[in-house]
Amino acid sequence: MQSAITSSDVSSFASLAPAYPELLLAAGALVLLLVALFWKNNRAGVIASAAIVLLVAALAVLLFQPAGGILFNGVFIVDGFARYMKALVLGGAALSVLISLNSGREHGIDKFEYAILILLATLGMMIMVSSNDLMTLYIGLELQSLALYVVAAMKRDDRRATEAGLKYFVLGALSSGMLLYGASLVYGFTGTTQLDRIVAAIALDTRSIGLVFGMVFLLAGIAFKISAVPFHMWTPDVYEGAPTPVTAFLAAAPKVAAMALFIRVTTVSFGSLTHDWQQIVIFLSIASMVLAAFAAIGQNNLKRLLAYSSIGHVGFALVGLSSGTQVGVEGVAIYMAIYVAMTVGIFACVLSLRTADGTLIESVSELGGLAQKRPFVAATMAILMFSLIGLPPLAGFFAKWQVFLAAIEQNLFLLAVIGVLASAVSAFYYLRIVKVMYFDEPTAEFARVPAELNVVMAGIGFLVVTYFVTVGSPLTAAAHSAAGSLF
Amino acid sequence: MTLPLFFFYIFSAIAVASALMVIASRNPVHSVLFLILTFVNAAGLFMLAGAEFLALILIVVYVGAVAVLFLFVTMMLDVDFASLKQGMLQYAPIGVVVGAIMLIELLLVGGSYVLAPEVASQAVVPIDAGIDNTRALGQLLYTRYVFLFQGAGAVLLVAMIGAIVLTLRHKSGVKRQDIFKQSNRTRAQATELVKVKSGQGL
Repeated sequence: MQSAITSSDVSSFASLAPAYPELLLAAGALVLLLVALFWKNNRAGVIASAAIVLLVAALAVLLFQPAGGILFNGVFIVDGFARYMKALVLGGAALSVLISLNSGREHGIDKFEYAILILLATLGMMIMVSSNDLMTLYIGLELQSLALYVVAAMKRDDRRATEAGLKYFVLGALSSGMLLYGASLVYGFTGTTQLDRIVAAIALDTRSIGLVFGMVFLLAGIAFKISAVPFHMWTPDVYEGAPTPVTAFLAAAPKVAAMALFIRVTTVSFGSLTHDWQQIVIFLSIASMVLAAFAAIGQNNLKRLLAYSSIGHVGFALVGLSSGTQVGVEGVAIYMAIYVAMTVGIFACVLSLRTADGTLIESVSELGGLAQKRPFVAATMAILMFSLIGLPPLAGFFAKWQVFLAAIEQNLFLLAVIGVLASAVSAFYYLRIVKVMYFDEPTAEFARVPAELNVVMAGIGFLVVTYFVTVGSPLTAAAHSAAGSLF
Repeated sequence: MTLPLFFFYIFSAIAVASALMVIASRNPVHSVLFLILTFVNAAGLFMLAGAEFLALILIVVYVGAVAVLFLFVTMMLDVDFASLKQGMLQYAPIGVVVGAIMLIELLLVGGSYVLAPEVASQAVVPIDAGIDNTRALGQLLYTRYVFLFQGAGAVLLVAMIGAIVLTLRHKSGVKRQDIFKQSNRTRAQATELVKVKSGQGL
């Protein structure tokens, strides 16, 4: 006799439709792995290009598939929110592989495994975004993290890269432990691991202290992955030590996936405990914004500075979530989209910076005279810096506008004021880069910029400048329907 | 005394005795062999409890793979076990404390089954007495949790790729045997006839 609980709800290939993008990515990664293995000469570039094609194909399948719903007996969910976040993850991943196409050799990642691991990490992120169960959440998180640890340490003869990989691994394992501990407590106090059933179980019972305890650990584990203060310690070291293309990838897609996870866990499972997690999110948000604004001031290493910048932006995105409303989640969704675009653009600029004899430029003081030698790169970088500060009419302004609006609607005035002040402080270090590029004397000759980096910089620069008239309203509409599917 | 009870006492007595011998025996190879004996008896206990899948897995995985690996390690590494054992009495109190804590935990877990037998029926997947547990595990892993099963497979694949990427080095200049090349050589390629004048070397 087959009871309902042990039978599967997947009986045909067509019923797998909501999971087609994941299936495509998984199968494609395996095929590429085999092809690369049996192809004698090391063609890392070809495999990386194929990976981009695969990511774009998965994005197309994702956007054109109408099917949604809960699959695999409740562990996997495809709704508007999942689709929106997956589109961001896939787009961010494809762009960050694209900008690293020509710089693999000097960064020591010119191996075909790099693209394969990026594909599998992206698969992990898609599983994270689509998870409807604490177990799926963990599997996705581990698939993503494990691939990223390896990628961070891939330049294995470089001391800083191996140190970055090891540090990332140890702290990542610690955060996984905390997350699992929290998950086990949540399971123990609710009797289910399925996210949408947890909320029902909480509703039946009075709020128990053990459940809140578990929730705190669960959120702490995820806060590690979005690198919110005080769980941010690994970020500057890993961003600085890892090869720049890897840093570009780390800063873009995984942040989106972890943020999506954070939103889903808080709003879906712990929707009735909003008051409890709200305090945590407000604390994380204020701590991230303030610490990043002050800690980045003293940084001369460009990648380290961008690491603090990303910590700060996570803090700003959490301002939206701390309102606990649909408007807030919509704000976070818009924020993450703009954040990914700006991050990829900034790293395209950083990757294009090298002296004529091929030395990589990684410190702010070496940027002197960039405006005279490479006016286009300098202009793009300046625009992106202004956007990261949040000056109107650039995209970064609208991102911050949305999240602060949501906070003010919920009367979180103190949070909004601190956010605006932190934003003003952070303007200092962004503007310092602009100042060095435009007003300092050149220190070196800059090498020619590869074509695909120019295309990415031009495209993102255009979108950031014309955000309000071009992508602004469709993005807002998409984010609105995405947030609507959670409430 | 019923037959299962009789076997239970035999298995558990041998398991406890051989577990003691694992830490007491002087020869490390004997220790590993006693460990294998403990595993086999534990498998017998599982069998008596009706968990035949667990029993076979214990033999296949622990006896077949892990214990043999231990055996290799103890035989290949030149570890001075006599000196390792010298501080044994010194550590005994801590060992007793750890053992006591584990015993209390075991009693707590077991006690909940005795005090509240209805707990087992409220699990996410209640145990169906009608099917044997190999089939039950298969139904859970390959139908209900097939997605997680495949996901775990992907995690293992990443671990494998990662281990290879981070450790494998292709050294240039290493001479490897290529059997195809070897057997493809003709006599003309391999040998050369040289006329050597007497009194001169090559």
